Amino acid sequence: MDDEAPVIYGLEFQARCLTAQAAETEHIRFLVGTQSLRAENQVHHIDFDDENNLINKNIYLHREGEIWHMSASTFDKSLVATCYNKTSDSKSEICGAIWKLPDDFDNVSSDDQSTSHQPLELLCHLDREDCGDLKSVLWHPIGESENIVALTDSHIIQYSIDTASSTAKMLNATPLIAGKSQPKLTCGRWNPHHNCAQIATANDTYIRGWDLRSMEQTYTIENAHGQLVRDIDFNPNKQYYLVSCGDDCRVRFWDTRNVGEPLKTLSEHSHWVWSVRYNHFHDQLVLTSSSDSRVILNNISSLSSEPFGDLAEKDDEDDDDSVHDDESLPEKSREPQTDGVIATYEEHEDSVYAVDWSTADPWVFASLSYDGRLVVNRVPRAEKYKILL
Amino acid sequence: MYYGVEGENPGASTVDPCDINGAHFKPDIYLNKLIREKPLTELMDKENEMVRQIKALDSDMQTLVYENYNKFISATDTIRKMKNDFKKMEDEMDHLATNMSAITEFSGNISSTLQDRRQQITKLAGVHSLLKKLQFLFELPARLKKCLDMKAYSQAVRYYTKAKRVLHQYQHMPSFQGINSDCNIIIEQLSQQLRQQFKDKESSPKQLAECVDLLLQLNEPPESLCDEFLSHARQKIDEDLNVLDHQIKLQAGEITATDLERPSQAYLNTPMDILEFVDNGCNGYLSNICLVIASYKDMFLNRYQDDENLDTIALRKLFIFVTDLMEQYFNYVQRRVQLEKETGDNAILVRALDRFHRRLQAMNKLLPDTDFSRAGLEIVSKAARDRVEHYLLALKQHFTDCMTDIRQKLAAPRPAGKHDGAANLAELLTNMQSSVMDQIRSVLNNLQAFTAPDITFAMKPYFRGPFCSQDVREGLIVSFIKHICTTCNDFCECVGEKGSIPPSLLLILAKYSSDLETTSISYLVSLTEEQFLVVDKSNTTLVSEMLLWAKETAQKLLNHYVRVQGLTISQMLRKSVETRDWLNTIEPRNVRAVMKRVVEDITYIDVQVGQLYEEGVRKERSSDSSRRTHTYSQSQQQRKPPWSYSPSVDNSLISNIQKLFSEKIEIFSSVESSKVSVLTGIIKISLKTFLECVRLRTFGRYGLQQIQVDTHYLQLYLWRFVCDENLVQVLLDEIVCSTMHRCLDPIMMEQSVIDLICERG
Repeated sequence: MDDEAPVIYGLEFQARCLTAQAAETEHIRFLVGTQSLRAENQVHHIDFDDENNLINKNIYLHREGEIWHMSASTFDKSLVATCYNKTSDSKSEICGAIWKLPDDFDNVSSDDQSTSHQPLELLCHLDREDCGDLKSVLWHPIGESENIVALTDSHIIQYSIDTASSTAKMLNATPLIAGKSQPKLTCGRWNPHHNCAQIATANDTYIRGWDLRSMEQTYTIENAHGQLVRDIDFNPNKQYYLVSCGDDCRVRFWDTRNVGEPLKTLSEHSHWVWSVRYNHFHDQLVLTSSSDSRVILNNISSLSSEPFGDLAEKDDEDDDDSVHDDESLPEKSREPQTDGVIATYEEHEDSVYAVDWSTADPWVFASLSYDGRLVVNRVPRAEKYKILL
Repeated sequence: MYYGVEGENPGASTVDPCDINGAHFKPDIYLNKLIREKPLTELMDKENEMVRQIKALDSDMQTLVYENYNKFISATDTIRKMKNDFKKMEDEMDHLATNMSAITEFSGNISSTLQDRRQQITKLAGVHSLLKKLQFLFELPARLKKCLDMKAYSQAVRYYTKAKRVLHQYQHMPSFQGINSDCNIIIEQLSQQLRQQFKDKESSPKQLAECVDLLLQLNEPPESLCDEFLSHARQKIDEDLNVLDHQIKLQAGEITATDLERPSQAYLNTPMDILEFVDNGCNGYLSNICLVIASYKDMFLNRYQDDENLDTIALRKLFIFVTDLMEQYFNYVQRRVQLEKETGDNAILVRALDRFHRRLQAMNKLLPDTDFSRAGLEIVSKAARDRVEHYLLALKQHFTDCMTDIRQKLAAPRPAGKHDGAANLAELLTNMQSSVMDQIRSVLNNLQAFTAPDITFAMKPYFRGPFCSQDVREGLIVSFIKHICTTCNDFCECVGEKGSIPPSLLLILAKYSSDLETTSISYLVSLTEEQFLVVDKSNTTLVSEMLLWAKETAQKLLNHYVRVQGLTISQMLRKSVETRDWLNTIEPRNVRAVMKRVVEDITYIDVQVGQLYEEGVRKERSSDSSRRTHTYSQSQQQRKPPWSYSPSVDNSLISNIQKLFSEKIEIFSSVESSKVSVLTGIIKISLKTFLECVRLRTFGRYGLQQIQVDTHYLQLYLWRFVCDENLVQVLLDEIVCSTMHRCLDPIMMEQSVIDLICERG
């Protein structure tokens, strides 16, 4: 039996932001935000039914404007932050807000085929004074505190939000670097290690680490990529490892303690790499997406927390899988896993700007291309068993 | 006529009975024949003739008979006379016999009377010689002394050896004892003096040999003499070696030539070249050691055939001595040869090595059981290898120099106008090619000195095989090609440092590598194999492997070039999109300067690439004259559909369908080595960047229109560079589409206005 076919879901509008519903750990849920300047924008709440290979959706209206970035709360699954483009005739600025999803799949009857969609409930706007366009909103990675970090073109802003009173208080705003001509920030990630006290940002070819308590720079990777750095992600298990991708078509792995040389460089993509994500459960699985309209799943065992080339204890997670598939189970002597591409997914026809792993199922991921095509894929079975067994 | 007729003509006579002179003449047949055949007159004539002949024959016979009669008479007289003479002679003989017997009798008498005297005389003569010998013995000490004073050592030794036995025999007699002791004292002195001379540094080898010879005759122990001789010889040879050492130090610069001690040694203090050095070594050291070996053999080895033991000891001593010294010598030569690295002249080095090798071979003959020529050959091949390495370094350096040269020329301000600067790209390439090739050729020529037929070591398979295949082919040619490839590959690796390598250099190198692949490598390898007669091809790198390296390198460089150029243009486009406020622009009146710049740059690149690469194939090429208008109308038709629908309808479906039919475009893909392919690669990268940048912005109405104008302008000028103009079309359409999506107020500009603006721009 082949690997399950990918499930494709089409949006009416162009879209570039996709996020897993981070606080949801039971169901495979994703959120997609659309980009349309002239029509009403939407947030699609996607539920993937793994067993039936079906997609259910809830569509909410996002009336404020086209969505450029979206991130789901890590502590309350109904909360989502968006960065949206507020346009007038002569002005366009990117603002941020935190929204509450009006309802969930669990308590809604299946009559959502009605023509009008519910709008998102506004929790609070993120006031950014004059710090420039908002780039992204980062939630606390473990969901312990209700602090969030927002990145603008040139500033890092910390907020404290209070869900009860629906307010977001700006704690501080730190300019990136004094000086006008500094290239704008492109992205940022909150480091889940070190008590969640660090974030990393990227601007131009630099990657910088920040300590949130003092807002001091902790490290700088100069010339991380030949051109713009597009995305970064932290290894969920190894505290000093991060991965970055950029316009030079490369994906690079770094040890933040030794920033002179990358640990490893992948160059499988043939155009800019827009997004890179570690699997939260098995950090040897790394997803990348690129404007060559491909998604590539890599296996980087050599830099993962998995015992490399060693015997791993048998996981007891496999009892439900073994029902499907007995023939691929012969106890192979475990050969050390080699780094390399596991699979290349070519379901997209336009640039793939976003890709994310499900937070509920370690083997499911979604990718979104500009033309509004969302594809839900699974890690190939063979690879899955190789990791599990 | 009377005899011997048969013998004279046996064949004819038997046959013809009518031959009147023949043996088988039958008168009847003849007569019958005549009568029958001849007329009467003729018969009459014949008869007359015959009568005449018979008469003549008769008279002849008569004369003969008379003559013989006379001779017979005289013979009878002679015999009678002889009889008388013999009778007289018999009497005289009898007389002689009686006289002889009388003489015998007398002589017997005389000898018996002289018998006694003779014995006495013999005895007296014996006494005389004895006395003479005794006198010699008595005079011996004085003689020896005199000889000693005159330094006629050999004569003294000869005297002594003559007398020694006698003296030894009559030792018990007091008088002889005195003489003996005197002699011994003198001989002691003599040997003392001889040893003195032996140890004396100034004495010549010939003198030495004489000394040893004499000392041996005086029964000195040969072993210690061997040692002494060798140690003495060693001192002399050490001097030679010191000269060599001094030279090496001079050459190495450890000693400066200025600190002269004696003017006479001035020549020692000027550094010699390698040939002089080897000559010096050969003439000084080697000939001395040969002399030593020869004289040693004369003195010690061939003398005691009876004493095998001594012979082997002496031989071993010599062997150790020689090996030790040769080792030192080899050491010096090797050091000196290594010093030769810096200088360039091969001919002298090879001649020097050849001389060295020859001399060693000569030495081999002198001393069997040793193989110095092998060790010498080792030095020679080491030197050859060093040379090869040196040349490899020089070649690498040359290659680097070539590239620096090109860099400088590229960096030099272009004289007037851009295209003048571009014009010399091909020239630079050919310059580099020919200069590298010349360099290699000259290196090979230089190295050929090592295999010249008049060089002895070149003929040894032990040297020749490894030198040709391993050193020259692998060590030089293959390594150099490898070096070029790795250097070029390194250029492709350093993406980070922008501008460190001028793209034109990349282009030149790419072309250079591909030329290497197509022609140069095979040429070089076959040239090498031809010049050096490489036979043994095991352990050598295959030509095909090298071709593959070069091919990969060329492809990599070309891809890298496309990437670098694409990125520079991308950078321009990106900056132009990112820095502009597209919402608040004025209505477009002009094509933006950036686009002109892009077209200009691409044209410049086109010129550059065109110098080095073939045009390449385009798709669906039509005649150039009608090209522009044709494309234009075609593009209009193609553009119509995406632009015609109303902006309110979401067009993702339509664009998706459109994409289904167009092929997927690989942006940073590998390019072919043709101008069109290279340019297509660059343009693809640039336009894709343009697209991605547009998607990140929000546009006002005039922003959209500006993009329309810009893309149309690009369309007008870029089609001619690419292999498939549809590709440019698709990418540009996509840009416009995306812009429309990103536009708040998507109102398109009239096509005619766009045309107008573009025409004007």
